[in-house]
Amino acid sequence: MSALSVTYAILFYLATAVLVIGVTRKIMQYAKTPAPLKIPTTPAPVTKQGVVLRMASEIVLFNSLFKSNKWIWIFGWMFHFALLLILLRHLRYFTDPVWFWVELIQPFGKYASFAMVAGLAGLWVRRIFVERIRYITSPSDHVMLALLVAIALSGMTMKFITHTDIVKVKEFFIGLLTFSIEPLPSDPALIIHLTLVVILMLVFPISKLLHAPGIFFSPTRNQVDNPREQRHLAPWAAKLDADRD
Amino acid sequence: MADFETPELKEIPEIPKLKEGAMAHSKPYIAKAEFQEELGFPGELLDDWKEKAIEKIGDLKSRYRSVQVFLDICVKCGACTDKCHYFLGTQDPKNMPVARQDLLRKVYRRYYTFAGKFFGKLGIPEFVGAAELTKEVLDDWYSYYHQCSQCRRCSVFCPYGIDTAEISMAAREIMDSVGVGQKYCNEILGKVMKIGNNLGLPEPALADTLEGLEEEVFDDTGVPVKYPLDVKGADILLVTPSADFFAEPHVDGLIGYGKVFHEAGVSWTMSSYASEAGNFGMFIGSYETMRRAALRIRKAAKDLGVKRIVFGECGHAWRVAYSFLNTLAGPFDFLDPNYPVPQHICEFTYDLIQEGKLKFDKSENDHMTLTFHDSCNVARGSRMGSKMNGQFEIPRAVIKAVCNNYVDMPADTIKESTFCCGGGGGLLTDDLMEIRVKGALPRMEGYKTVVEDNGVTNLAAICAICKSQFTKVLPYYGFGMTDIVSVHQLVSEAIILSDAPSEEAEDSDDSSE
Repeated sequence: MSALSVTYAILFYLATAVLVIGVTRKIMQYAKTPAPLKIPTTPAPVTKQGVVLRMASEIVLFNSLFKSNKWIWIFGWMFHFALLLILLRHLRYFTDPVWFWVELIQPFGKYASFAMVAGLAGLWVRRIFVERIRYITSPSDHVMLALLVAIALSGMTMKFITHTDIVKVKEFFIGLLTFSIEPLPSDPALIIHLTLVVILMLVFPISKLLHAPGIFFSPTRNQVDNPREQRHLAPWAAKLDADRD
Repeated sequence: MADFETPELKEIPEIPKLKEGAMAHSKPYIAKAEFQEELGFPGELLDDWKEKAIEKIGDLKSRYRSVQVFLDICVKCGACTDKCHYFLGTQDPKNMPVARQDLLRKVYRRYYTFAGKFFGKLGIPEFVGAAELTKEVLDDWYSYYHQCSQCRRCSVFCPYGIDTAEISMAAREIMDSVGVGQKYCNEILGKVMKIGNNLGLPEPALADTLEGLEEEVFDDTGVPVKYPLDVKGADILLVTPSADFFAEPHVDGLIGYGKVFHEAGVSWTMSSYASEAGNFGMFIGSYETMRRAALRIRKAAKDLGVKRIVFGECGHAWRVAYSFLNTLAGPFDFLDPNYPVPQHICEFTYDLIQEGKLKFDKSENDHMTLTFHDSCNVARGSRMGSKMNGQFEIPRAVIKAVCNNYVDMPADTIKESTFCCGGGGGLLTDDLMEIRVKGALPRMEGYKTVVEDNGVTNLAAICAICKSQFTKVLPYYGFGMTDIVSVHQLVSEAIILSDAPSEEAEDSDDSSE
């Protein structure tokens, strides 16, 4: 068992723990924080089912962004859905035998990487050249884009240029799932790819990537428009009612 | 007319270049100690304001999910950057919604997030969009959080629904809590708590005004339409913005409500104790203050023994009434359960029109071609009727029932995309005239389009702030100050009072005009 394998085993356990615990803590914080007033951005659905539809159209189609700016929408949507396909495709490195539907999307997932890079590049170009977006950009926003582009490019290097021993990689990750450390190939592209993924997992709960769980808690999108029919009262606000007639 | 230039109305509205610091000088007057203390805030800037402000951020983010989530999840995509009327009118980048939020977000990140604390210790908090809280930051807050009318247009276009209104309300509450309040809002709130309305009109003045209205309407129509005050046992309590009692064109709207009630044959009253529909507690982000003002309406309804509550034409008032009143001052189980609590006067009139209970002579409004300005708080913070989009359809249906000539402004400037009048959110004060005029630019561009293309002559609205603001800013853009009319002013002109004396033969008079 090489030092490399042990190091990356530890890194992945650590990154997974940080990601899971960090995001769970944020989700619990969002869930526990009361929304004292009804503030859906109207027109808003008047039923729960309506809210589910509204939320779904935001998550799947980026509906509000579509209304707002077609360029950001096309690049953003392309990046996110390519990423989703790629992540699902990566399930093949964690399952044996590989699930049927994962096999099915394999060819799409492979080429989605081009769409992912194109989408990120489009967003990055806008961040650099559109004056308004440049104004609101911090260095960390560039770093985040660089990180995602580098993850995609290092992955594509392995897929399309210098193949790594993917069977060994799969054994390493399936090993991690059963708490045994198998040897990890030491190709530079693979090591770079995995290192960047670890970094991404570590920064997830402390960065703007929290938009992923956060959107589900956005009161302007997830509230039913029924304030006249149903009294909405936060626990801290209910206490104020104690001294009233 | 003023020491600033009125922006030029463009044929095709464009996204302007940035002019950094263009509006940094814009600051409203600071509230005096007596008005601060009346609302339970410190009278002047505290010595330990920095610690107290940071503490208040923590308090607000633990009590408001919107604040916590919105401060965390912005990805700086830029979708909102060209959506704010104050940015479009001033070119100041800090008037872009995300940049306005960032004024508070950077402080939150510095003191409440791992990334901000970590890079702050390294001396480079700006690497992750964090910043120390300094006097300069506080000054920026005071300036730019009073250049937001809390109109929620940005929240329509944000992929996560981040609402800058929530952030600017939080920021104003933080500033109040360390002793820097805004004179306009806080003085007005003081008057509401002491006297019952924003204008500080006491009961005798109200009674006198309403008596005058009754005489005026009688002279005009020959019908004894009543404008009752503090009548116990009336069915309906009307709560209307106090500007309706005398400002133009507001008062013409109030005259219209009275005629509708008269024609409906219902008993109604106003209350001198709760003689204000507006609730500036929302503007300053203070739940407690907003609740205190709202409870006056509950008390008035109980004391007068009414069965229903109806609100007059007022934008933010309707948001507080529709969306918050049940929360703040409910439950209203002592009222008639057959009607929503509260109802909007437009809902009330619309229902009567549907039932065929009102008769109109639409030709009375033939000298006008109208368009409707969707007030932001009605459009994006409330509803009317039982279906989605009722807040757009019902006022338009009322206008079309009483007018022959109606045209909508361009689609991207109305309904959920409507542009604020420029005076909402507690900015309707003379010390903010420059931002009010510049912020009206996108609305004026939409109006100009239909004036030139469709011969529109007038703009109807259902908000006291919009009406006052337009009266002031229309002339800056070359339009007449009387272009703005109340929706119920149109109703008032066209309504046929069934008990009107017939010998006046008004018809023949009109046709000869």
